[in-house]
Amino acid sequence: MPSTLFDKIWSTHVVTDRGNESLLYVDRVLLQENSFHAFDKIRREGRTIRNPKQAFGFSDHYVPTRNRELGVEGIQDPEIRNMVQLITSDTATYGIELFGLGHDYQGILHVVGPEFGITQPGLVIAGADSHTSTHGALGAYAFGIGSSEVAHVLATQTLWRSKPKTLRVTISGQRKAGVSSKDLILFLIKTIGSGGAVGYAIEYYGDTIDELSVEARMTVCNMSIEAGARAGLVAPDKKAFDYMQGRPIAPNGPLWDQALSYWRTLKTEPGSVFDREVRIEAKEIVPQVTWGTNPEMVTDVTGCIPDPDMEQDPERKGRMMRALEYMGLNANQLIQSIQLDRVFIGSCTNSRIEDLRVAAQVMKGQTCRIPTMIVPGSEQVKRTAESEGLDEIFRLAGAEWLAPGCSMCVGINGDMLESGERAASTSNRNFEGRQGQGGRTHLVSPAMAAAASITGRFENISSYEEARSWSL
Amino acid sequence: MEPLIQLNAIAAPLRLANVNTDQLFPARFIKKPRAVGYAQYLFHDIRRTDAGNINTDFSLNQRKFETAKILFAGANFGSGSSREGAVYALYDSGFRAVFAPSFGEIFAANCLKNGVLTARLEQETILSIQEGLDHAQPPQVSVNVDQESITLPSGEVVDFDLDPFQKRCLMNGLNEIDLSLEFNDAITAFEDNHRKTFPWTML
Ligand code: SF4
Repeated sequence: MPSTLFDKIWSTHVVTDRGNESLLYVDRVLLQENSFHAFDKIRREGRTIRNPKQAFGFSDHYVPTRNRELGVEGIQDPEIRNMVQLITSDTATYGIELFGLGHDYQGILHVVGPEFGITQPGLVIAGADSHTSTHGALGAYAFGIGSSEVAHVLATQTLWRSKPKTLRVTISGQRKAGVSSKDLILFLIKTIGSGGAVGYAIEYYGDTIDELSVEARMTVCNMSIEAGARAGLVAPDKKAFDYMQGRPIAPNGPLWDQALSYWRTLKTEPGSVFDREVRIEAKEIVPQVTWGTNPEMVTDVTGCIPDPDMEQDPERKGRMMRALEYMGLNANQLIQSIQLDRVFIGSCTNSRIEDLRVAAQVMKGQTCRIPTMIVPGSEQVKRTAESEGLDEIFRLAGAEWLAPGCSMCVGINGDMLESGERAASTSNRNFEGRQGQGGRTHLVSPAMAAAASITGRFENISSYEEARSWSL
Repeated sequence: MEPLIQLNAIAAPLRLANVNTDQLFPARFIKKPRAVGYAQYLFHDIRRTDAGNINTDFSLNQRKFETAKILFAGANFGSGSSREGAVYALYDSGFRAVFAPSFGEIFAANCLKNGVLTARLEQETILSIQEGLDHAQPPQVSVNVDQESITLPSGEVVDFDLDPFQKRCLMNGLNEIDLSLEFNDAITAFEDNHRKTFPWTML
């Protein structure tokens, strides 16, 4: 029987089976500050770490985005400082490489993993963070796990998994100008719902996906979790191989050739059967804006807020009403009439160099009307952006150009919305309180966020003349 | 881990769908050491009104459900992040079993690692059980893990399904790492072979 990309990765990683679960070999495990619970468990149970070289630590969730030259000591809040110190001491104790403050490759784990060559096609990658799905853009089976499972991988280099069902999402056709990979994934979540892919690994397919850059594919895979899937994958192609070449720990020399010839086999064979298929026509998609408190509450920038009174299902109706109340919005209000207070461009969804290039194109020569934070995903992204002069464009427009980390995506480093503040954000979750208690989040693409920064409202960037030239 | 065989306890309805891990356990509390006790953070923000007062509409704030150890929740319960604090908060609050039409996958896996039962029931079943709990005095429910059954306050018995491994872990309070280390030789053999076939992947 022809096999899928997913089947190929799965079958090369099964150590043994138990009922409907397999013990899966894990090639890489990614840790962040919150992994302190896992290290606690390792210590409490007196265990050793099986292969510290296959684990990588990241300081990203808690690191400050300002006054970085002061280092860890410069972190005012003792609890936050403690989190950054914990990952530093835990990784040092066990001989795990840390991408910490001051490291040339410090940054968000899902940005640095691919950048450093930790992420490779065909690997099984487990991360202490649900957006580990991002790494699937290079053709890896990558998924998030909780602290107990992190401890399990550290101790055994394996995890028990029941094989997920497979869902193929085919996106085809030409995108409208200004429609980015972020809009593709938001549109998918709207189509299948935030629980729509629970139990599935998604494989993205179709000429629209082929056409996306590797970084844009990461945005799609990143938010697979918001559709309920733990993993999203794109079969690696020439773009992926080119992306891999020369990364610090990517294979090189004869190993590169050997890896490459294996990677070329990592595709779904014609005639393979998926448990479920979803098809989307790219031409139907316009820039998307979330209006509620769940990523499935999303609509077209040209549309208006849906009316709960039109909803038949009382449960859904209740949820919509609660969301509108929290968001301070009214049914039938035009999306383009919403007044914004702030803009956040960053997060593992949209803080890579291509995201920043597009944001800079939109903001060049303009002035931000509302406070705007731009947080690159990593030191490398920051450096590249600065070498291209993007930081100058942002500063001249009046935006803040900050140091890499998760920042206001989750607000735990102290970068937060005030209660009642409304932000256009390029991150991935618009849950109540996600960006700060009482904060109101609208998820959008980087180009949409940049345009919103200039006018203080959502703009239909598809109608911008220059949108045609953006590579999104 | 404490074995879970039979649970006789108060059960509470939670009529919200898509309850996410940020609602279960807001991100700003993740940096708290577990030793402080996570019960105080469970549903921290939805338990309170915007003004910070206790929201009496929220079921778990009602006296009759205060000591609940069992939850009958809405669909997609525990969606969102991988933070295990969401489970610690439930556990530290006394919860040992959650029933819902569906669960966030990472959350359900985290529950199992901590000896908290998660099992799916049809939406209709959940709705009627929730209704029953509202009227029952007390809303006492009994969960039999071995039989995979729930006895409701009315005396009615409802069955649920557990994966055999999940059941074994729960009933014996097994530590999964110990179980997996029994396969140590198999893992080593796998690694040797993996190193030969995919030498560039082994660091
Ligand atoms: S940027 Fe946001 S979603 Fe991504 S890893 Fe950080 S906190 Fe999580």
